[in-house]
Amino acid sequence: MESPSQKRIDLIFSNYTSSKYKVLERTLQRHPDELISELMDSGLKGRGNVGFPTGMKWKFARREDSETKYVICNANESETGTFKDREILERVPRKVLSGMAICGYCIGAKKGIIYLRHEYSYLKEHLQNELAIFHEFVKQFNHDFTIEIFSGSGSYVSGEESSLIESMEGFRAEPRNKPPFPVTKGLYGCPTVVNNVETFATAQVIFRIGAEEFLKLGTSYSSGSKLFSISGDTKNPGIHELELGTTIEDVVKEFGDKNIKSVQVGGASGYCIPQKLFAETVIGYEGLTTGGSMIFFNNSRSMYKVLHEYLRFFAEESCGLCTPCRVGTQQLLLGIEAVKKGEMPVSYIEVLKKLALSMKISSKCGLGQSVANPFISILDNFKEEILY
Amino acid sequence: MEKSQISLTINDIPVSVEEGSTILDAAHKINMHIPSLCYHPDLRVAGNCRVCVVELKGNKELVTACSTAVTEGMVIFTNSSKVRTARKTIVELLLSEHNADCTKCYRNGNCELQWLASEYRIGDHVYQDLVKAEDKLTDSSSFSIIKDDSRCVRCQRCVRTCSDLQDVGTFAVIKKGKKQKVSTFFGKPIKDVFCIDCGQCTSRCPTAALIEKPIFEEVWDAISEPEKHVVISTTPSVRVAIGEELGFEYNKHSDSKIIAALKLLGFDAVVDSGFFTDIYIVELCTEFMLKMKQANEEAGNQVLPFVTSCSPGWLKFVRTKLPDVERLLSSSKSPRQIFGTLIKTYYADKKALDPKNIITVSVTPCTAAKNETTRTPEGLTDVDFSITTRELVRMIRQSGIDIERLEAADYEPLMSTHSGASVITEVTGGTTEAVIRTLTELVTGNELSPEMLKNMPLRGENGIKETVVKFSEVKYGWEFLKDKEIRFAVINGSGNAAAFFNNINDHENPYHFVEVMVCHGGCIGGGGQPIPVSFELIKARASILYSLDELSMVKKAHENDYLNSIYRAFLSKAENKESLRIL
Amino acid sequence: MPEIKSLIHEYAAQHGTARNNLLPLLQEIVQLENYLSEESLLEVAKTLNLSLADVYGTASFYNYLETVPRGKYVIRLCRNISCMMQSQAEILSTVSSLLKIKVGETTSDKNFTLLQVNCLGWCYKAPAMMINNEVFTELTPQKVIQIIKEYKEK
Repeated sequence: MESPSQKRIDLIFSNYTSSKYKVLERTLQRHPDELISELMDSGLKGRGNVGFPTGMKWKFARREDSETKYVICNANESETGTFKDREILERVPRKVLSGMAICGYCIGAKKGIIYLRHEYSYLKEHLQNELAIFHEFVKQFNHDFTIEIFSGSGSYVSGEESSLIESMEGFRAEPRNKPPFPVTKGLYGCPTVVNNVETFATAQVIFRIGAEEFLKLGTSYSSGSKLFSISGDTKNPGIHELELGTTIEDVVKEFGDKNIKSVQVGGASGYCIPQKLFAETVIGYEGLTTGGSMIFFNNSRSMYKVLHEYLRFFAEESCGLCTPCRVGTQQLLLGIEAVKKGEMPVSYIEVLKKLALSMKISSKCGLGQSVANPFISILDNFKEEILY
Repeated sequence: MEKSQISLTINDIPVSVEEGSTILDAAHKINMHIPSLCYHPDLRVAGNCRVCVVELKGNKELVTACSTAVTEGMVIFTNSSKVRTARKTIVELLLSEHNADCTKCYRNGNCELQWLASEYRIGDHVYQDLVKAEDKLTDSSSFSIIKDDSRCVRCQRCVRTCSDLQDVGTFAVIKKGKKQKVSTFFGKPIKDVFCIDCGQCTSRCPTAALIEKPIFEEVWDAISEPEKHVVISTTPSVRVAIGEELGFEYNKHSDSKIIAALKLLGFDAVVDSGFFTDIYIVELCTEFMLKMKQANEEAGNQVLPFVTSCSPGWLKFVRTKLPDVERLLSSSKSPRQIFGTLIKTYYADKKALDPKNIITVSVTPCTAAKNETTRTPEGLTDVDFSITTRELVRMIRQSGIDIERLEAADYEPLMSTHSGASVITEVTGGTTEAVIRTLTELVTGNELSPEMLKNMPLRGENGIKETVVKFSEVKYGWEFLKDKEIRFAVINGSGNAAAFFNNINDHENPYHFVEVMVCHGGCIGGGGQPIPVSFELIKARASILYSLDELSMVKKAHENDYLNSIYRAFLSKAENKESLRIL
Repeated sequence: MPEIKSLIHEYAAQHGTARNNLLPLLQEIVQLENYLSEESLLEVAKTLNLSLADVYGTASFYNYLETVPRGKYVIRLCRNISCMMQSQAEILSTVSSLLKIKVGETTSDKNFTLLQVNCLGWCYKAPAMMINNEVFTELTPQKVIQIIKEYKEK
């Protein structure tokens, strides 16, 4: 594997000057089944925090027999340390719109919606202008597909696809009982594909370069490349496109400051990789959540403060619907505080660990299910910092 | 379309259920109990509490039995160590945000969280206490219910009951995360928001987060005051259901044993509420007929349909949600108010008692009735204390009475007869049926035929029921009703009221009489009835009332002998001024 | 209030009264009045035929649908880990002492409210803040003082 510093990948942000939707135009000439097949061959997995195979999702939606279907672009990017979707929408929105239009074509949807988080409202005007142009081109191509923007009102959990749909329907952004999944029963009960901004942009790239090219990058399980929002103790913060399968060690070598003791991959709901595991951990879907955020922590940082901050975040942003998450997040937060202060014995940490694992298998949605990720990875690798 | 059968195994036991069933349904079929909290048979599925999680082979997460539909070949385990650990954790988490001081709690002994804690042998609390001090401040602003946030498990049954069943929407879940709770508009006290006091939330709440406002201690106080003469009346719904919490099945001896129990409790007189209900039916019928006459004479003035108002929650519902209906409401006093009034006037007179020393206690299935107290013309309250079935249960339990072992006793002879019609008024459609029975004889001089009596289309649980009555032979003075189609409609549950009245003008033929009961099933399903409740249970109670009616000798309200004697002696004809004054 | 009423009615006339209009409508009211008052929610509930508790319960879920009065300019400082690591605490104390208010409070002239929020998505240019819908990044105490000064002059 070549070290990243020698191979600059730029699939997402390159090939954009005076984009006239040429990729969209020629993709619409092909058969939907062929397109879905190519997408599946490419191995593209969702670029949000879940990583579900994109081609399969579109295939399920295509199979559904319904007059009305929807394509939703999840631009609710609220995971700590993640800012790639914002950049994509700012710099290469036409790739996203193309991706959405191709998805609509494949599954039989005429309506697309961009669920734009409230904090990105400043992008609205820019996107409206782009949509005006987009609609012109789409009319030229004789393709019936319109996109509109729905503004979020501020909630992390709206990033979960069924909660997002609930929010669009005018309710609290609480997850639905699944099955049925959104591809079967989504917005207003119709088959709906919800995909991340980067997923749509990458799909467009795949249809431009072909699945075979895309497969030249990455590993057999995690094909292609992906954007990473890099921040923290780094000499080069920002968006960087990296090949999947790269080791954390290589990433730290290229981007980290001196004395990096840990990297949080995937934001608050992701894993904390300690220095001793840098060489053997690869970025990819083989066990990490890859929402795309990477935060570097050097020796001066307190991992207790980091964990405490993540738990505070979850306790606040939990929708509160299900018992394990609503109460569990509060208990984990209070728990580490109490152990640190000496109000609870050190053995209580084991109780909290078991709690986190229970939350992983009994919570209603990804939020509660993911809290164990940072909790256990930070606890296991930085026990002294957490306890004393 | 026929539904196919799905085969699966639960704990290696094969079971086959209809397509669309949930894992919980399937478990129920083989008598395998899966505990749950937010699930309630009367409400739409939530899937929040996660208590009912089970292991599904092939899935890394546990799934909720209440919300997961069965699929062919599913392999479920309800008692694996993974499940037991998760379930115990969930119960412990619930307890950590719960005011678990059970000895001080109103639902001690009949609480679903307590049951879960005991099943899972919860010992010392594992987690830290999350109960906020401000949540312990209960909201007692309402006449009928008390809200205690420190005992809420966030199952949201109250939210679903209030918005889906009752179409009132007092409660909602507010905020999120650690600030999430069940509350009202801006967290205001219940008396300051729209609530019809129906208490349906209290009978579905698994804990004491929502309870009826108990006032039976004051009843005990009244009983122990030697100079006070305390008169109690219980309705058939109370008597038929009380055994659910006291552990006996209602039979033909139950009524008289309950009378004995009440006398043992120390009440000075026990009267039959059916007596007053009969009076109510006669009054209601009369008022209806006067309205029909008025409608016939004043063609331009829309005075119909005539709408009942004996359901106290209905009045509040109308005033907020259907203000146009208010002028159509009956102004007859409810059976409870008639009881209170007559006891303090007629009864006091006959027994030579000073009405100021009489205390009237009405036991009903109704929580809204607690707010129904009005003043008699002499300035006395008609009903001093309105308590629910559940409160009477506590009084009986506190006194250590074993009802089944008591000797039969009789009602106060002055007011002790009732018709079958009075019994069925407590089931939805019953008041209308009772009115039709009396009306038929009033107008035609003939009885309602036995077949019509039995086959009234007004029975059953449908939200909106209707029937048409036509009189081909009429007595003198009633000619305007000859061959006229009189349309009756029955609304069952306030959830159906808005839909009906908002579309009332769409109907081709106008309605003349509309009965509304805000509680599903009618009073028999009232908010003060024993817990647990379900539509199935309400149906079972209703059929007991119908069979009591079957067995009764006197089926029509106006044939109640004692009633007639009162009318003759005290109230003269129903249209008499005196009775209008009192009633 | 009459302004809000007509906004609500105009919105309903244009988009209808189905439930999916609730959040966009609430956003428009917040845009106009900086928060959702009891009166405005009452009018929304009436117009969309929803219960009061339901409307309040839905609104109170979302971070930007404020149900308590806020100032003309709401300063929202990101408090998440990347901003924390870039001395966000210093920015917070600067703003707090400049405006003489604590987090959650509003200045007495009702011009500024100070809040802390979760990740705004500018981690590589931390610390970041929003004032109403405008984003400011790479903050330093001097820079933030200047920014607020400019707002005061508006």
